Amino acid sequence: MMGQEFFVLSFPPLVIGIFASIACALPGNFLILRKQALIGDALSHVVLPGIVVAFVITGAITTWPMMLGALSAAFLAIALIQAVQRIGRIEQGAAMGVVFTTMFALGVLLLEMTDTSKVHLDVEHALYGSLESLIWIDSYGWQSLLSIEDLSYMPVELWRMVGVCSVIVIFVVLFWRPLTLISFDEGFARTQGMRTNVMSTLLIGLSALAAIAAFDAVGSIIVIAMFICPPATARLMTNSLERQVWLSLVIASVSTVIGYYLAAYGPLVVGFEESLSAAGMIATVSGVFLALAALFGSHRKSNS
Amino acid sequence: MSKGLHVVQGKDQRPSSLTIRGLTVSYGADPAVFSVDLDVYPDTMTAIIGPNGAGKSTMLKAAMGIIPRLSGQIQVLSRPLEEQRSAIAYVPQRASIDWDFPATVQDVVMMGLYPKLGLLGRINANHKAQVTSALDRVGMLDFAKRQIGQLSGGQQQRVFLARALVQDAQVYLLDEPFAGVDAATEKAIITVLHDLRSTGKTVVVVHHDLATVIDYFDQVILINKSIIAAGPTQDVFTTENLQLAYGGRLAATQLDVVGL
Repeated sequence: MMGQEFFVLSFPPLVIGIFASIACALPGNFLILRKQALIGDALSHVVLPGIVVAFVITGAITTWPMMLGALSAAFLAIALIQAVQRIGRIEQGAAMGVVFTTMFALGVLLLEMTDTSKVHLDVEHALYGSLESLIWIDSYGWQSLLSIEDLSYMPVELWRMVGVCSVIVIFVVLFWRPLTLISFDEGFARTQGMRTNVMSTLLIGLSALAAIAAFDAVGSIIVIAMFICPPATARLMTNSLERQVWLSLVIASVSTVIGYYLAAYGPLVVGFEESLSAAGMIATVSGVFLALAALFGSHRKSNS
Repeated sequence: MSKGLHVVQGKDQRPSSLTIRGLTVSYGADPAVFSVDLDVYPDTMTAIIGPNGAGKSTMLKAAMGIIPRLSGQIQVLSRPLEEQRSAIAYVPQRASIDWDFPATVQDVVMMGLYPKLGLLGRINANHKAQVTSALDRVGMLDFAKRQIGQLSGGQQQRVFLARALVQDAQVYLLDEPFAGVDAATEKAIITVLHDLRSTGKTVVVVHHDLATVIDYFDQVILINKSIIAAGPTQDVFTTENLQLAYGGRLAATQLDVVGL
């Protein structure tokens, strides 16, 4: 059952996919409650120009310069969104729409002008990532999980994703109460002396980190879906914040597993030769879950 | 600004529980609140009244640091506001909150204890008892496990008051607590506020219903961008002052209702 093939081909993409989904869904819970769901969308788009610029400067796809490039792009985008909002006196959603589409378009243009033929960096990769290509060549089955030498051949994206996900989990556990307060009643939080601006910047900063780490491995389509779909689905199924967050993590993980296998084997079952994009399928599954919850969820809308 | 009749509060010799000096707030070019000086004392219940757009809520929010102020010093119990956060309980306007937030009544009241609990402090039986007792005081104990979105406007307002009660503060600031609530809620809230006053607390309420000012409040602050008058109700709540604050927008019939 869980043979060598599973560990070589499926284990890394599944684990990376699950950690990426959780890293996005966790802050996504607070973003949707703060009516900032679009931030996730914006962040995952603006990452592209940052990564391309980092590539142009360093001439190689290396982790840290790209992370830095993406992070600077994310913060530039947040500053631009606030500037557009203030100067143009328009609402946040519109400001985000203007900024992130422009920056993404800029990223695509930069990409076309840059010679990236030797490296794995193109628009398709940016959208869908390369989940299926993340394999664990040197695995000999589950025993390899216990071998430090074998583990060292695990795709580096996995460790990066696990690291980022851990940072986000620790952040949410530690700052659960401030996060709840700034999401529910920011004014009250301020009267208690809480630095609400610092808190919301941290939340957006960590969302950016999740978007960047996930972007590289799984592409922006999963990132966008995971910021919004699992938390929104969970919100329709419970009226408790704690349960909502737990549920969103379960939904994110389940969407990833189902999406991955549907993409890999679904087309074969219906007679097609080639498999589909795992990232696209995972995003689709999470969307289907949201649609089901919207139709049948037990806590769809209160009477306020 | 308008030639305000300042009623100077020189009689009270006690230290004030809330002191505002030179508070100015501006959204654009024009100030929304201009150069406000105020002293509010313990055992009092003060109404902040004035026409729409006069800066009543803005003044309160700026004083509490919810919105930025252009200038002004705020002291609470003779010390800077920043050192006295725990002495302040603020109840925002009900409409400023998204009541679809996934929380129950007791969750919201528990938030009043978050500052004391800190980041990871454990919620113990004593904390739960405080929440229960606060809910009981506002008559909402039966609704403890109810989702907040399923409450009526008046019930939501009482939950907010319960959250302020668990804070066990010295100064209670409420922004339009009677807006859109039922008569039973209004009565329940006023009873609790009068209780607070009689135990030496300071209560300040942004109020919009002139008809109840004399019944409910012993102090009045009349504001229209800047202070028109402030002091004991019988001195400040006069036809002349109201006409000054409302710029002649009050008809004689309205003043009848008010009891003047």
